[in-house]
Amino acid sequence: MKRAAYILLTNPLSIIGLLLVGTVFFCAAFAGLVAPYPEHAGAVINFAFANKPPSADYLLGTDVVGRDILSRIIYAYRIALGMGLVVLLIAPPVGVAVGLIAGYLGGRTDFILMRITDIFLSIPPLVLALAIMGVLEPTLLNAMLAVTAMWWPWYARLVYNITRGEKVEGYVLAAEVIGASRTHIMFREILPNCIPAIVTKMTLDFGFVILIASSLSFLGLGVQAPTPDLGSMVSEGTRYLPDSWWMTVFPGLAIVVAVFGFNLIGDALRDVLEPD
Amino acid sequence: MTIFRRLLLRLGTSLIVLVGVSMLIFCIARVIPGDPARIALGPRATTEQVEQMREALHLNEPLVVQYGLFMRDLARGDLGISLYSKRPVMTDLAEYLPATLELVLLAGLMMVVFGLPLGALSARYRGRWPDHLIRVFSLLTVSAPAFVWAVGLVLVFAYFLPLFPITGRIADTLNIPHLTGFMLIDTLAAGRIDGFISALHHMILPAFALALSGIGQASRLTRSNMISTYEHPSIEMAQAYGFSEARIAQRYAFRPSLIPSLTIIGLDFAALLGNAFLVEIIFAWPGLSRYGVGVILQKDLNAIVGTVLIISATFLIANIIVDFLVSVINPRIRLSENGK
Repeated sequence: MKRAAYILLTNPLSIIGLLLVGTVFFCAAFAGLVAPYPEHAGAVINFAFANKPPSADYLLGTDVVGRDILSRIIYAYRIALGMGLVVLLIAPPVGVAVGLIAGYLGGRTDFILMRITDIFLSIPPLVLALAIMGVLEPTLLNAMLAVTAMWWPWYARLVYNITRGEKVEGYVLAAEVIGASRTHIMFREILPNCIPAIVTKMTLDFGFVILIASSLSFLGLGVQAPTPDLGSMVSEGTRYLPDSWWMTVFPGLAIVVAVFGFNLIGDALRDVLEPD
Repeated sequence: MTIFRRLLLRLGTSLIVLVGVSMLIFCIARVIPGDPARIALGPRATTEQVEQMREALHLNEPLVVQYGLFMRDLARGDLGISLYSKRPVMTDLAEYLPATLELVLLAGLMMVVFGLPLGALSARYRGRWPDHLIRVFSLLTVSAPAFVWAVGLVLVFAYFLPLFPITGRIADTLNIPHLTGFMLIDTLAAGRIDGFISALHHMILPAFALALSGIGQASRLTRSNMISTYEHPSIEMAQAYGFSEARIAQRYAFRPSLIPSLTIIGLDFAALLGNAFLVEIIFAWPGLSRYGVGVILQKDLNAIVGTVLIISATFLIANIIVDFLVSVINPRIRLSENGK
């Protein structure tokens, strides 16, 4: 663990990643203090300052109704990070449990659980989320639900593969011989060996959840106005291209900054935790 | 013979998975809050009209019966009527799918053509500046959603440098008879080279926007595969023989790395098919996306089910093809089977 922290803090790329992610988290947590115009996160109309290019007053310009883009991006980070946290609190435990049970018990349980996983995996992720959003009302909570539903199978697959390898190892056989319960073997013996892979995947996935969530709202199926959201800001701005380029370019860059940060950390973590 | 059997097996499991997908999506479509008949008819319809529609759509039957009826119709190639376009869903899909597929296939090609060599270069110069450059580039490409790349490319290569058209599949002045729906094929079939060039010109930017994150993905994978192949004894042997570095890289390190990379690219088709939705919106590409988003916003159940099914089927077929290609390329599979 110490070694992991050391490597993360000496690798220039992961330091950049930590800085980016740190900034994003800081902005989201203290949005009220950081944002120059906190009230612009809501349905404020300010036509006198509508559609202004970046300036000293409005660092990243204003949108069609005169709201500060920078303030809206900062508040949008709240939604994005909240989304990532919720999805990654629910999806991995479900997937890990399915993967462990299918991988360790084998037989019919394995067949049924993994075929269900296959079914979810054979619908392109974004399309599955779209279909679920199609029958639900487009709200933040439903968007979280849709993204969670498409996310757990990836953890099931990952943990399943590791479990299949681990269950023939000596330590598992030893636990079986002394009569440990199956629950104990799965969750106390095998699970700890899956943790590095799960943690790496979760770090990378935090970025990808933000990506998928912004894609949903870009299509108008996620967070609804006036709540600021990076995807819907880009989609709104495309109507005013190329003249009012700042309306699309900055929210788009904001997505890249956050996701790139998570990817840099995830990449470095992978080198540390999964050296092969 | 065995490759053939392997293919058949894959086809069989894919079919089972596809039936599963149909059940899943059918269930999702039926848990919809509210009455689909009421949604279809609008708030001003009378109760009798709604009841009539429920009867016609078999909504009063148990879910299992509804699914059975749905499968029976599906077997006849009937996915019902779209409430959104008022046409059979099959007709709509047949019209919009080719445009999307054409885009996705070109993007897939770009992934292979750019992604694999980039990854190979990166591995060849491991730890030196080309490697760092390519790694950061690859990580950046997977860090932005496809619509952000699309916007960026449009701004730079269509507005500021007007090199490419912004929207459309082909120049408006050209009139190409509809044959397959694949513009590149239709123009060639009509013997219109100018049309082919125009269609390709229209496709490059959207396809590249779609391919970018896949290029990064493919390059990252090829790099790590090639690095582990470099540690294989065969490389040491080739070095002992005194072969040139270029030849070693190409023949002994790149080729074996190709196989796992290809498999993953097949899986990446899922991302391409999903992201096509985002890219098509920016480029006003007349593919499945506008239809898909339209039917979702209208809660058009038949069309939602049909769209998801056709996309999943495409994905499964793409993977069968990749699997087949891999088993043909991979000497371990190919030779072991001839020996049997």
